[in-house]
Amino acid sequence: MFEEIKKSLKVSIWFMFLTFPIMVIKVNLTDKVIIWRWKNLILVGIGSFFLSFIWRYLLERKAKKAKKEEMGIGQTSIFLKIFNNPKYAKPLYIIFLLFILAFPFIFSMYQTNIMISALIYVMLGLGLNIVVGLAGLLDLGYVAFYAVGAYSYALLNYHFHINFWLALPIGGLLAAIFGIVLGFPVLRLRGDYLAIVTLGFGEIIRLILENWDEFSFGPSGISNIPRPSLFGINLGVKESTIFIYYLIVFMSIITIFVVNRLQNSRLGRAWIALREDEIACQAMGIDKTKTKLTAFALGATWAGFGGVIFAAKTTFINPASFTFLESAIILSIVVLGGMGSIQGVILAALIMILLPEYLRAFSDYRMLIFGASMVLMMVFRPEGLIPSSRRKYEYDPTKR
Amino acid sequence: MNKKEPILDVKNISMHFGGLKAVDKLSLQVYPDEIVALIGPNGAGKTTFFNCITGIYEPTLGDVFVLRDGKKRRLNGLKPNKVTELGLARTFQNIRIFSNMTVLENVMVGRHCRTKSWVIGAILRDKKTRQEEIETIEYSYNLLEKLDLHKFANEMAKNLPYGAQKKLEIARALATDPVLLLLDEPAAGLNPQETSELKDIINKIKEEEKISILLIEHDMKLVMNISDRVYVMESGRLLAQGTPREISQNPEVIKAYLGEEHA
Ligand SMILES: Nc1ncnc2c1ncn2[C@@H]1O[C@H](COP(=O)(O)OP(=O)(O)O)[C@@H](O)[C@H]1O
Ligand SMILES: [Mg+2]
Repeated sequence: MFEEIKKSLKVSIWFMFLTFPIMVIKVNLTDKVIIWRWKNLILVGIGSFFLSFIWRYLLERKAKKAKKEEMGIGQTSIFLKIFNNPKYAKPLYIIFLLFILAFPFIFSMYQTNIMISALIYVMLGLGLNIVVGLAGLLDLGYVAFYAVGAYSYALLNYHFHINFWLALPIGGLLAAIFGIVLGFPVLRLRGDYLAIVTLGFGEIIRLILENWDEFSFGPSGISNIPRPSLFGINLGVKESTIFIYYLIVFMSIITIFVVNRLQNSRLGRAWIALREDEIACQAMGIDKTKTKLTAFALGATWAGFGGVIFAAKTTFINPASFTFLESAIILSIVVLGGMGSIQGVILAALIMILLPEYLRAFSDYRMLIFGASMVLMMVFRPEGLIPSSRRKYEYDPTKR
Repeated sequence: MNKKEPILDVKNISMHFGGLKAVDKLSLQVYPDEIVALIGPNGAGKTTFFNCITGIYEPTLGDVFVLRDGKKRRLNGLKPNKVTELGLARTFQNIRIFSNMTVLENVMVGRHCRTKSWVIGAILRDKKTRQEEIETIEYSYNLLEKLDLHKFANEMAKNLPYGAQKKLEIARALATDPVLLLLDEPAAGLNPQETSELKDIINKIKEEEKISILLIEHDMKLVMNISDRVYVMESGRLLAQGTPREISQNPEVIKAYLGEEHA
């Protein structure tokens, strides 16, 4: 116990020392005086003292759990237990689906709009999940493909009056082509290097959109993008919001369906093998180039779809919607949810997008909470909210 | 001694890393239904030799040919996946299984180069794809049974004991339907009982599957026991070759290699 107190004391002294310049010293420029806020120092000291206790307790608990798991008596988390047991999982999914379907009739337009955003992120998260979660390619420029989708609808509509329904597949296709174009130069890169190059790619696309006025109308963006029509009938704002809502629900279900099928296929296994060990994967006869490019293209396709829907929803787009922050949020969704886990990504997308909307009070601290929760996740639950589990193939040797 | 054409025909290959000649003008043949061992002290260049013929490195000089279905193909410069398609399968000195996949899935990945379905097949899951998938599962499961790993089929590969992981690597390599199996130190780290089981497995692969085997191994007892011929490498060069008996009596080999251990 005494040891513990000493440790925490050390931590709190360190924290007081480190935060001293920002928390205690305040320079008042108008009066040219320095204000010493000693109260803050005490608060930091006491706070970090207790937090370090909690921190160590949690770490200890985690270590204990790991040990238990090693001895084979590890208990899976409640989440996993529920999700892996079809008896609970099925009704849960059905209730969730019914809730989603009834959503626009229960809640206001404002809420429905937020939900549309969240579902777009579900799609984006699932798309990036193919690239990062399954194929293990750390892509920090994913938002570029989202931008490609959004701008293809906006520009095609502006110049050629192409409607939403035609733009949707075109946006997806263009994004896929961009995925391959990005994929080629980075085929040899892995991990950090890949992350840096894709980050650069994302920024390049944004800078082009911002500066090439003749092409993309620069920072002022494109407005008056039409909402989707229904059999040629133009809908009012309310109807069309509801319509877009069901459209994105439908698209999300398609995404889930497709990603689920992909990950349990020959191709999906090749992706995971690539993620697990590139050299062994090639030695098993898997064409690395083809497999990686397919991952980039298929991942980008969903971002392209998402972009078209986003443009149709907001009716206005400009480069500011496609900053690195978006890529970071989408990546966090994948990591937070659990790499390669469809349920995890959906849950994380809903949490990440809905929570900040409903916790407006904390909006000043949004990035702080965001960062802190990422760190905590990485330390205590690196496998994500709902860790992915591999499919078990049933094979009965007696039925040959 | 063998009138048949070699399955693997390596002619004078060299692999240079800057000034270091890790493999220096090495020639080696493996004939059908043969178990050949490649021995030599650590750092002799054995693993590098494997990497050269499986496409991980492109040899600086020389040629590698493989015979599959009566056709002779040159392997130099081909990517590793092409080499596997042409019939060379390998295991690694340091285990390289896919840890976060199930044991069965690991073997199923090995079937990749003998199956076809891609994006459309995966999404639509049409009859042909389903059929292919069932065949893949069946083929893989049968392989697991042959190596007595089927009880682990749905375990995560990382949870297997070391010996089973080594066997899994062999199963995975066999799933690619090779004509020649390259094993890099398969007995390293195994206990005597597992080593004897490995010996039976290697013999079984040769007898039942008609697959030739080229193995790198330090366990002299195993090497002398199972191999038809032995090649000895030292500092990248070929020191000697011959039957196990000839090798164990070769004075140069005894001096350079066995000598160390017997001294
Ligand atoms: N990629 C590489 N770059 C430079 N040197 C290498 C490389 N791979 C192997 N070597 C060197 O080649 C020599 C042979 O290594 P290796 O083939 O692993 O020996 P063995 O498998 O016989 O123990 C060693 O000296 C090793 O350091
Ligand atoms: Mg070696």
